Amino acid sequence: MFSLPYIAQQVVNGLTLGSIYALVAIGLSIVYGILRLINFAHGDLLMVGAYLALALLLNTALPLGAAVLLPMIIVGGVGMLVERLAYRPLRGAPEVAMLITSLAVSSVIQNGTIMTLSAQPRAFRLPQELIAQQKVGVVSFSTLDVLSVAMAVGLMALLTLFVTRTRVGIAMRACAENLRAARLMGININQVIAYAFAIGSALAAAAGFMWAGRFGSIEPFMGFLPGLKAFVAAVIGGIGSIPGAMLGGYLLGFAEIFFVGFLPPELSGYRDAFVFALLLLVLLVRPRGLLATVAEREG
Amino acid sequence: MNKNTLFYLALLTGLLFLAQSLLNDYYQRVLAVVFINIILTVSLNLTNGFVGDFSLGHAAFMSIGAYLSAVLTLPPASKAGLMPQLPAWLGQLEVPFLAATILGGLLAALVAAVVGIPVLRLRGHYLAVATLGLMVIVRVVAINWTAVTRGAKGINGLPAFTNLWWVFGWAVVTVYVVWRLVNSSYGRAMIAIREDATAAAARGVNVTAHRMLAFCVGAFFAGIAGALWGHLITAITPHSFSFLITFNVVVMLVVGGMGSISGSILGATVMTLVPEFLRRVETSLSLGGHPLYGLSQIIIAVTITLVMIFRRQGLLGGREVQLPRLFDRQRALPQARVDTTG
Repeated sequence: MFSLPYIAQQVVNGLTLGSIYALVAIGLSIVYGILRLINFAHGDLLMVGAYLALALLLNTALPLGAAVLLPMIIVGGVGMLVERLAYRPLRGAPEVAMLITSLAVSSVIQNGTIMTLSAQPRAFRLPQELIAQQKVGVVSFSTLDVLSVAMAVGLMALLTLFVTRTRVGIAMRACAENLRAARLMGININQVIAYAFAIGSALAAAAGFMWAGRFGSIEPFMGFLPGLKAFVAAVIGGIGSIPGAMLGGYLLGFAEIFFVGFLPPELSGYRDAFVFALLLLVLLVRPRGLLATVAEREG
Repeated sequence: MNKNTLFYLALLTGLLFLAQSLLNDYYQRVLAVVFINIILTVSLNLTNGFVGDFSLGHAAFMSIGAYLSAVLTLPPASKAGLMPQLPAWLGQLEVPFLAATILGGLLAALVAAVVGIPVLRLRGHYLAVATLGLMVIVRVVAINWTAVTRGAKGINGLPAFTNLWWVFGWAVVTVYVVWRLVNSSYGRAMIAIREDATAAAARGVNVTAHRMLAFCVGAFFAGIAGALWGHLITAITPHSFSFLITFNVVVMLVVGGMGSISGSILGATVMTLVPEFLRRVETSLSLGGHPLYGLSQIIIAVTITLVMIFRRQGLLGGREVQLPRLFDRQRALPQARVDTTG
């Protein structure tokens, strides 16, 4: 029915897409774990990262690495700034208040981009040697795919080291476990939350570069769908858990690619619907996800 | 219905007659949109304000109501031209506007029930993501199910049934139903859930059932509003009901104050008229030749952030405004204030 090379190719595609979802999901999951905030503005930081990368590629002669790294640093700063201005004044407020604020932040970022750069989509062209498809054995992929997966895995390894070996990282996990207790133990929770936003936003910017490179064009609303899907990934893995977000990201990437690749082609238009139907299914049978840390029944 | 209510209804009806004869088409349309937004905001208030869940599904439910009612009201002749692949029985069907509207609302409520079963057992804000996901699902279905929805082209040439009387009538029905619901034992249970779900459950309130009730009733009226909107604009596409609509309804709700019906009416009115005015200003503004599109949405979003930080309870702060009682047999007695904050 399906040849082995075809299946191998789908696995490669799933791996690339999953890397992007995993990177975005980590940021959502860390913030949710600490603040119980579904940060609807997270996807928009991905968009900002993509725009910054494009600006650097077009206007400067910086090496490609810098076009990935600089947006990560800048967007990480933007994430901290958003937290300071919009979310910190709401510390202790009902969760719904933060949720509404994150919708407003998302609207400000999107419309700010429209106002300054117009709503027109822009081409995001990477150098040919990056996006050209190469055939290795039975599967073909571009250098960008390899770099994306390698970068995602590298960043996740760094993050794992950070949360297990550094003081701030351990404090971050303590906050996710119990914010009040962490505060009573003398942890500076504002600092930890600022770090969480910076890290999550930087990872989203990296994902933005990969997403833009993969689809070749960017526009102000591009962050909406990956942001929402990354949340699905985080829920699948168990929201609040960093390994869960990584696992969920890859699972969702594979599920989406396999849905398109192995089911009749007339269904492929429904791929986004499939992702959210999957969310409803997961919430029905295992609402705490695969690697849950947070009790999510009525609370 | 007591004399006071009847008096104010008659007053509004009279004003509406005046509006219809004095206002030009543009202002009549803005007024119709105000009423549609009142329907949307008051119905969203049930889930988001009284039960304390957070639904972002209103655009999806509007879309469902609009599409179903459109397929039902289009005359068979235009259906044969627009949607040749429609099943024969559906192609021959032509349903009166009122029935089509109600069926649109019922389908939206049914979909809400299907989404609600897995989601409403969980913490309230999972609902936010699940309902946004529902919006994506509805859009994807509308794009791909070309036999019925005509895909991305959308359905145009709907009969322009919606006028001020329809939207006014449905707004009155919505306010009445939500008001009766909130001031019943169901409503008190909903408010108890908002204040403390665990305590409410311990007191014997069926938490999931009441959340479901609020969510489905809200979806029903959103479906109605979608049907009215479709027959006002007379053209619908999969992208008509975007996230922006949901966001704006949330803004109206928040500005008016969650948990207050009169707040919702006020919020919907203010936040329909102000952006309408801002949009007209925006198109004439520019900064050194650079047009400032999007500025009005930014102003609205910043306003919301400030409301959240400095006046979280909104304009009315969860209280109800009562119109002065003009005909009251017990004027000597002190008035019991209707306080829905419980």
